[in-house]
Amino acid sequence: MAKIVNREEMAQGTIILNEIDAPRISQKAKPGQFVILQADETGERIPLTMADTNPDKGTITIIYMVVGKSTARFKDLKVGDEYYALIGPLGTPTHIEKVGKVVCVGGGTGIAVLHPITKALKEAGNEVTTILGSRSYDLLIMEEEMRAASNNFHICTDDGSHGHHGFVTDVLKGVLENEDIDLVVAIGPIPMMKFCSLITKEKNVKTLVSLNPIMVDGTGMCGCCRVTIGNETKFACVDGPEFDAHKVDFDELAKRLASYLDDEKKSLEAYEKCKA
Amino acid sequence: MADKKPKKVKVPRAIMPEQDPDVRRRNFEEVPLGLTEEMAVTEASRCLQCKKPSCVEGCPVSVKIPEFIKLIAENNFSGAAKKLWEKNALPAVCGRVCPQEDQCEGKCILGRKGTPVAIGYLEKFAADYERKNGSGEIPVVAEKTGKKVAVIGSGPSSLTVSGDLLLKGHDVTIFEAFHKPGGVLVYGIPEFRLPKEIVASEVATLGKMGAKIECNSVVGASVTIDELFEEGYDAAYIGVGAGLPRFMNLKGENLIGVYSANEYLTRTNLMKGYLFPEYDTPIARGKNVVVLGAGNVAMDSARTAMRLGARSVKIVYRRSRDEMPARVEELHHAEQEKIEFVLLTNPTQFFGDENGRLTGMECLKMELGEPDASGRRRPIPIEGSEFKIDCDLVVVSVGSNANPLLTNSTPDIALNRWGNIIADPETGKTSKKGVWAGGDIVTGAATVILAMGAGRTCATSMHDYLARGW
Ligand SMILES: Cc1cc2nc3c(=O)[nH]c(=O)nc-3n(C[C@H](O)[C@H](O)[C@H](O)COP(=O)(O)OP(=O)(O)OC[C@H]3O[C@@H](n4cnc5c(N)ncnc54)[C@H](O)[C@@H]3O)c2cc1C
Ligand SMILES: Cc1cc2nc3c(=O)[nH]c(=O)nc-3n(C[C@H](O)[C@H](O)[C@H](O)COP(=O)(O)OP(=O)(O)OC[C@H]3O[C@@H](n4cnc5c(N)ncnc54)[C@H](O)[C@@H]3O)c2cc1C
Ligand code: SF4
Ligand code: SF4
Ligand code: FES
Repeated sequence: MAKIVNREEMAQGTIILNEIDAPRISQKAKPGQFVILQADETGERIPLTMADTNPDKGTITIIYMVVGKSTARFKDLKVGDEYYALIGPLGTPTHIEKVGKVVCVGGGTGIAVLHPITKALKEAGNEVTTILGSRSYDLLIMEEEMRAASNNFHICTDDGSHGHHGFVTDVLKGVLENEDIDLVVAIGPIPMMKFCSLITKEKNVKTLVSLNPIMVDGTGMCGCCRVTIGNETKFACVDGPEFDAHKVDFDELAKRLASYLDDEKKSLEAYEKCKA
Repeated sequence: MADKKPKKVKVPRAIMPEQDPDVRRRNFEEVPLGLTEEMAVTEASRCLQCKKPSCVEGCPVSVKIPEFIKLIAENNFSGAAKKLWEKNALPAVCGRVCPQEDQCEGKCILGRKGTPVAIGYLEKFAADYERKNGSGEIPVVAEKTGKKVAVIGSGPSSLTVSGDLLLKGHDVTIFEAFHKPGGVLVYGIPEFRLPKEIVASEVATLGKMGAKIECNSVVGASVTIDELFEEGYDAAYIGVGAGLPRFMNLKGENLIGVYSANEYLTRTNLMKGYLFPEYDTPIARGKNVVVLGAGNVAMDSARTAMRLGARSVKIVYRRSRDEMPARVEELHHAEQEKIEFVLLTNPTQFFGDENGRLTGMECLKMELGEPDASGRRRPIPIEGSEFKIDCDLVVVSVGSNANPLLTNSTPDIALNRWGNIIADPETGKTSKKGVWAGGDIVTGAATVILAMGAGRTCATSMHDYLARGW
């Protein structure tokens, strides 16, 4: 169980896809939900959103950026290897309904998180406009899957190597000016979500974001994942990970993500040294 | 200068050999070293073998105390362990963590005039002896009944239910949310008080008796109780504990460095953060640590912080020493390890720097007023008594509530207004057919032995149901 049946490297090896054997989870998982994985007994518990599920095959797909020791260890797992622990599906699923016109904004591995939500929103009969962004075109993931899940499709790159030269927020602004949008879903790096939220707040368009605080158990038991939503403390693992963007304290989230910066650095350096 | 009339020498209560406080406060090894065989036999000889042993009344599972002690006095240590097992599946655990002063030892007749028999030490002694020297034989399991039981959670109540039902010949599968079984015994209570090897060995025994253990299964998320019934389970036991941390809703509570005790202890114990970077999960090593609360969980947090290298560790508690709910032995251990007690003090807010890291807190002095509903004198704030404490780590340890994850997925199980499952006190039955519940999810945070007692009650009723119906 929890065997890797398929593995791909994306965005020049900075992002990894694993398709994992997980019959029970694949049957139950809904868009917006995540799993927690552990490489082995000594490993950290790492939350990752399911980018896709295949109930017939009994597999789930995760797509993660290699940022620290734990994701570096995950990267070293090959097809046929097993995760020591795989727990899920966790978190409250996205509320999917037909609202009319929806804009989905994704950046980085946030695109993987956004994918099942976009698919479901389109299947529910919404007109979906997707805006994806990355630093440069060769770091963009899931272009084809996202295009297929959308009615209208835009790409933005910071360096202008493809599509609009600039940030996703530029395109979002334009879309909001020209059309009456009923819902925006923005998932990506914190600054991206924060600035999308500022724009949609001005226009009073309901906006969802998916938050990624540090977690331990993922079941509401430790409070590590607490985030401030409209002056209230919520546990992202059970109350979220999706929240009303206009109420999120993004600055607090960004600070809390840096809780273990020094330890993480040491941990990764030691690992790389040990491998070399 | 011997007395003329030789008086019967009173044997004093055994003193547990312990690691030196100055050494142990920087390591995670077990604090008590255990009685030697001679010490155990001598201590056992103090027991008066009362005809009506009041000590037994004080034990929630009615351990046959004089009987097991007599066996120790007779040098039959294995026999003593087996006598313990008749009533208590986890004597190595209970001997270490039961609040004996309120239970068995609190009722011992010798305690009226002097010091009670050290029942806890003897229980630990016999169980440890058997684990190390015993044959490892497992109890005889009855013929298979063909009935399947799902046990949800793997804390002490669930382990008791599983053991009892396996003995009766039922198939037992334990579903545990974490990657290791044992509940609070593995994620909460630290290694220096309860070595994890002991819990693992108890769980291994259940495995040998035929229990299946499915870790990484969050019932309510990975699978629901109704789905388990559809898959062919005949009955279910819920022992998911009280896993929802309480915070105080104070300003600054989300600063980096403010932990719930659950997180602090889980990172340290279950994830082995104290072995970072050998283990990957980091844990903040505070220099000036404040722990809020004064129960066992608070003592464990404070003593953990000391072992993680703190310069100073303070327990901040709003009542006085007499009201502290922790076991007396742990209070004493904490004091020996240079934990400071700041009593009659309540936190009001936390301060941080521009990076969102905790730098200090503000407290208010309290005085005791009239007794409140709990019978304890109510702490009342003294106006204008605010003062500051510099700290870089705070562990909030003011209790826990019922985690709603499982119960949200089973609306047909009745809850009280705090979200705890309502279970019949005689049988442990819930409002849902075929489902029992016990331990902290029913009573709120309590003790290991009460959880085990509830497990026993439920197992009896479940066996009856499996044989005869609801
Ligand atoms: C519900 C949820 C879903 C997630 N889904 C995905 C996903 O689908 N794909 C994906 O690539 N990542 C996802 N993440 C983020 C992922 O969990 C982290 O990137 C991972 O934990 C980093 O672990 P590490 O040990 O490799 O890095 P660490 O050494 O722990 O961290 C290195 C650096 O990465 C950053 N970081 C640490 N934790 C997080 C975090 N939780 N989120 C973002 N940055 C972090 C910090 O800046 C940190 O300094 C998700 C997080 C949550 C909470
Ligand atoms: C730090 C600490 C110190 C303590 N010290 C003492 C002491 O010295 N003496 C004493 O007598 N008592 C002590 N206690 C209290 C005692 O540990 C508890 O009362 C006892 O463990 C409760 O047992 P339980 O069987 O109800 O569940 P728990 O031990 O709480 O175990 C519940 C288990 O269920 C799992 N679970 C939860 N939800 C789900 C789900 N949805 N699906 C599957 N599994 C799930 C949890 O992961 C956990 O493993 C202490 C508690 C703590 C936290
Ligand atoms: S189980 Fe606990 S209360 Fe009962 S005899 Fe043993 S130590 Fe005492
Ligand atoms: S009450 Fe004390 S002396 Fe009497 S049997 Fe119990 S332990 Fe022994
Ligand atoms: S991760 Fe522990 S409560 Fe959310």
